Amino acid sequence: MIVDPAIEAEGLHKHFGAVHALDDVSFTVRAGTVLGLLGPNGSGKTTTVRILTTLIRPDAGWARVAGCDVVGQAARVRSAVGFAGQQAAVDPLLTGRENLDLIATLHHLGRRETRRRVYEQLERFELAAAAGRRAGTYSGGMRRRLDLAASLIGQPQILVLDEPTAGLDPASRQALWATIRSLVDHGTTALLTTQYLEEADQLADDIVVIDHGRVVAHGTPDQLKAQVGGHRIELQLADPADTSIAVWALEDVVSSPPLVDARTGRLVIPISGSAAPTAAVIRSLDAASIDVTDLVVRRPTLDDVFLTLTGAAAITDQADALTIAGGAP
Amino acid sequence: MTGVALTAGLRDTVAMTRRNLYHYLRVPALVAVAVTQAVLFVVMFTYVFGGAIDTPGVDYIDYLMPGIVVLAVAFGSPNTGVGLAEDLTSGMLDRFRSLPMARPALLVGRTLADAVRNLLVVLVMVAVGYLIGFRFHAGPVAALAAIALPVAVGYVLSWFAALIGLITGDAETAGTASLLPIIPLAFTSSAFVPVDTMPGPLQAWADINPITHIVDAIRALIIGGPTATAVLQAIAWLTALVTLFISMALWRYQRATQ
Repeated sequence: MIVDPAIEAEGLHKHFGAVHALDDVSFTVRAGTVLGLLGPNGSGKTTTVRILTTLIRPDAGWARVAGCDVVGQAARVRSAVGFAGQQAAVDPLLTGRENLDLIATLHHLGRRETRRRVYEQLERFELAAAAGRRAGTYSGGMRRRLDLAASLIGQPQILVLDEPTAGLDPASRQALWATIRSLVDHGTTALLTTQYLEEADQLADDIVVIDHGRVVAHGTPDQLKAQVGGHRIELQLADPADTSIAVWALEDVVSSPPLVDARTGRLVIPISGSAAPTAAVIRSLDAASIDVTDLVVRRPTLDDVFLTLTGAAAITDQADALTIAGGAP
Repeated sequence: MTGVALTAGLRDTVAMTRRNLYHYLRVPALVAVAVTQAVLFVVMFTYVFGGAIDTPGVDYIDYLMPGIVVLAVAFGSPNTGVGLAEDLTSGMLDRFRSLPMARPALLVGRTLADAVRNLLVVLVMVAVGYLIGFRFHAGPVAALAAIALPVAVGYVLSWFAALIGLITGDAETAGTASLLPIIPLAFTSSAFVPVDTMPGPLQAWADINPITHIVDAIRALIIGGPTATAVLQAIAWLTALVTLFISMALWRYQRATQ
């Protein structure tokens, strides 16, 4: 039976000693979609995941996973959820097959079903050839794949993955994205935490951005990008020494101060309207005899979202400029 | 608990025990070290202390065996905590705790596998002892009980080590910390010297030291004579301690990494 919403979290609080890890976190995940939980290190992503997987209890607030309360009906939540933590949790002394056998046995699948699913996962994650080797001899990518295979053995309705592609090479990352996509296409709901904006952009139907234990933004990738404003003109000066002259020359043609990196001679100009004043920018720079080696007009990326929503304090004036330029919706 | 849940819990425990027994098979050095230590204990204690300590009416090796067997299984017990601390830091504990398995199964499986190792250690010590003069004097039933009791001591200490492993969450600290109380407890008991040779205050302590009761019980089972009181006292101690350690370790396990 599919329960919708698959995950509901309401007013979650959690503190560890003096550290307030979660300070009123609420969100929902629709069944059959992927939610990307995005945030910098220490923002509360892992704490949220640990509450949803019944590993820790919230101090206040509640969460339901597959319709079951994570505190009061923890056993049922555990049956519905497949979890892969930040580290690849595989037993290095057991072979790949023995690792999966163990997890399948602990799911109480029965002998025949255990064998079938272990075989299926070994094939899916291209571990069949290495199934008889100890997991301790596996490469980092193989361990990660074995870990994910273990989290899928129970055929969970809901998959919770804490930074699933951390430490994977690009090819393995792509393969994992495809696997998650196909699971979701077949009805699985997924919640994944990530620091990779590209990953959230590629995979997530909805994104929740958290920082310092609070939800700072929530929406589809497109909605979030729209929140930080319109297009950006990004240009590269031939000579970084020209940077301050360029900013002065552009003063009249741009509506807000550009984001500059004086060391590399790179400028990012946020555009408030819909039409980018590209021609005016080029004319002004040309008039000031400044050579430009590269110029692109681009939509805001999730990097811009991320910096705007979480990085303003850390990145001083330049990020402030970006915040002012694109900030308030 | 329903019958179905109980069966599932037993199956989980078997699976976890097997996992830990695989570890011993895959790293034979773990067993080899324990066995070597056991052999050294028997030989060294017998020949080093054997001449120096007077145990009237009894061969020193028969007197000594209970103490060194208990000491040997005690020295092996930190392994339980080390393994759990490793599971804690490697994320395995999170994986198990996120599964719909019986929660005590990880700890019970781990301690049972360690009990199998302890049984092997005790049997090796008895075998080596036999080569250099050790004998059971009170019949086969008492002999079996004399073997079972040290294994039970090892089991209780495994739960203590499990608790320490879960509290410290660090393999090295767990290894040292769970050994800490063993040496003072063992050497202030009747394990190696008769209690009445100790100075007064120490004697008073030795008389209430649980190791004294346990060693006295094993000794009675080996040498003969009245055993009932000593064995019952030992069992009472072991039951009380294992109940305490199991409940604390399970409580700690529920809250691991909170």
